[in-house]
Amino acid sequence: MTSQNTPSTAPEDAIDETMGKPPSPFMETWNYFRKNRGAYVGLIVIAIILFVAAFADVISPYDPILQDRTAFLKPPIWMDGADPRYILGTDAVGRDILSRLIHGAQLSVSIGVFVVIASMIAGIMLGVTAGYFRGWIEVGIMRLMDTMLALPSLIMAMAIVAILGPGLENAMLAIAIVQLPHYVRLSRASVVTELNKEYVIASQIAGAGHMRQMFINILPNCMAPLIVQGTLGISSAILDAAALGFLGLGAQPPLPEWGTMLAEAREFVGSAWWVITFPGLCILVTVLAFNLMGDGLRDALDPKMKR
Amino acid sequence: MSFLDSKPGVPLLESDDLVRHYEVNRGLGKPNATVKALDGVSFTLESKKTLAVVGESGCGKSTLGRQLTLIEKPSAGQLKINGDAVGDLSDKDAKMFRRTVQMIFQNPYGSLNPRKKVGQILGEPVLLNMDHLGRKEREERVRDTMAKVGLRPEFYNRYPHMFSGGQRQRISIARALILEPKVIVADEPVSALDVSVQAQVLNLMMDLQEEMNVAYVFISHDLSVVRHIADDVMVMYLGRVAEKGPTEEIFAKPLHPYTRALLASAPKIDPTHRVKSEPLTGELPSPINPPSGCAFHKRCPFATEECAKVRPELRMFEGREVACHRVEEIA
Repeated sequence: MTSQNTPSTAPEDAIDETMGKPPSPFMETWNYFRKNRGAYVGLIVIAIILFVAAFADVISPYDPILQDRTAFLKPPIWMDGADPRYILGTDAVGRDILSRLIHGAQLSVSIGVFVVIASMIAGIMLGVTAGYFRGWIEVGIMRLMDTMLALPSLIMAMAIVAILGPGLENAMLAIAIVQLPHYVRLSRASVVTELNKEYVIASQIAGAGHMRQMFINILPNCMAPLIVQGTLGISSAILDAAALGFLGLGAQPPLPEWGTMLAEAREFVGSAWWVITFPGLCILVTVLAFNLMGDGLRDALDPKMKR
Repeated sequence: MSFLDSKPGVPLLESDDLVRHYEVNRGLGKPNATVKALDGVSFTLESKKTLAVVGESGCGKSTLGRQLTLIEKPSAGQLKINGDAVGDLSDKDAKMFRRTVQMIFQNPYGSLNPRKKVGQILGEPVLLNMDHLGRKEREERVRDTMAKVGLRPEFYNRYPHMFSGGQRQRISIARALILEPKVIVADEPVSALDVSVQAQVLNLMMDLQEEMNVAYVFISHDLSVVRHIADDVMVMYLGRVAEKGPTEEIFAKPLHPYTRALLASAPKIDPTHRVKSEPLTGELPSPINPPSGCAFHKRCPFATEECAKVRPELRMFEGREVACHRVEEIA
């Protein structure tokens, strides 16, 4: 704390002048975040991906599902036998891989964001309820979440998709359900910690009701770990969606989803490496960038890590 | 006529044999234990007076505070305001009662919501309890109260982490006062502050008592602070009252052996003021399994067999109440 080192003789109001204006919480976090190189690079990569996703229609040279019957399985331009029109080559049915990757970014980012938002809202509701009311409500919610955690996440996602039917929306829903326990556990733990603090009792004495206590007074103090988990959750959502796509349960052809592209290219692993390598690299880079940024955010938001 | 109107001859706040027991789970197969945190505490508080509650850690001081502010329901006994029992109040009246009993907390770093600005923290009680006020009037009321406790107007839009402990405690006092309560429960309000700041905060509390006609229940373990601020003192030991009386008399001539030991353990500069008594030895016994008879007999230099068997009740002696079998001989 900044305020302990005041001379005992000075009147109390003098403190404020000597203290200077402390940086706002946001600027403080940003300064710590910036010092972490990996996180900074991650943020830049994410910015690029978001830009590409937002302007996919403008940037991409071709329609992602347009087939060119004169150019099947053309290699990238730096190789022999390349078609100069297709920078990263074409796939087995003559579609431009670069255009498909750019439109894939749009899909992947929206999958990640939708899954995390849906999962986070439901998870926070359940977790805050469990942590605030305790008792049998907590036991009920938390044991259900433990049961969900006991199943391997991908297997459970597959089971849910199998029930709902394959497709991108259902895959996203399944992944959101699979991620739910993380948010529930995290928000419950934070709420339990905050609940014992005196400011909560002070508001109770002032007459605050349950809803006000839970969502206006307590929840804002629990957001830091949830934001971190959310960023990390985006990367695992993208990865899970790719896995489901690869298994044929997620996005259906001809949608240019990266995991689905991998699945379609399976038979050309030996003969046309580019068809499978580029979507794989895209998944790798995106997931890595979100993970790096999540780690950096965790360090920046954790008061114990601050010097 | 509301229950909040004071009646002549009836004390503002009256605690009648207040009991609070906690059930403690001791693990599988064992029966639950009962912690007797508060075991029959009675007192009265007149308006504009200060009652200090003193005792070692774990004697039930803070539990008493929790009962007075209705955070918890007492296991038995009654709390009366102007002669009306609080337990009988309707929901609407209970809300009114809450308004009249507010609290100041010990730790100024935990009692203010770190994500809210000072204006929001102080505005919350007004928003929740005075719904006839509009946004402008609310802000005006917050600013008035801030001025009363010596906070500058530009603090309105600042966050708690920008303030020192003393200023935070001023914010806390402002929050307790903003609803114009009749009683403020102050749970060790200055023990977390520097000594120089302690005096400022205590003086502020005393000035505000004059100005706003509020009564304090002042929970503390710091006897010099108690002597400075309190009209009456209630010494607690293991959930029960050991001695209760006017501050001057208790400090001049403590009767209960526990009070003597407490006063003896407080450091004094002037040797002529030292109370001649053995300082306390041993630990506070567990409230799960309190000693038989007088709870203090195992640490008491005057204990007899009777003390180990029969629990002493509070009785009048030399103008105050003492719970000790041998008070006549000791005094």
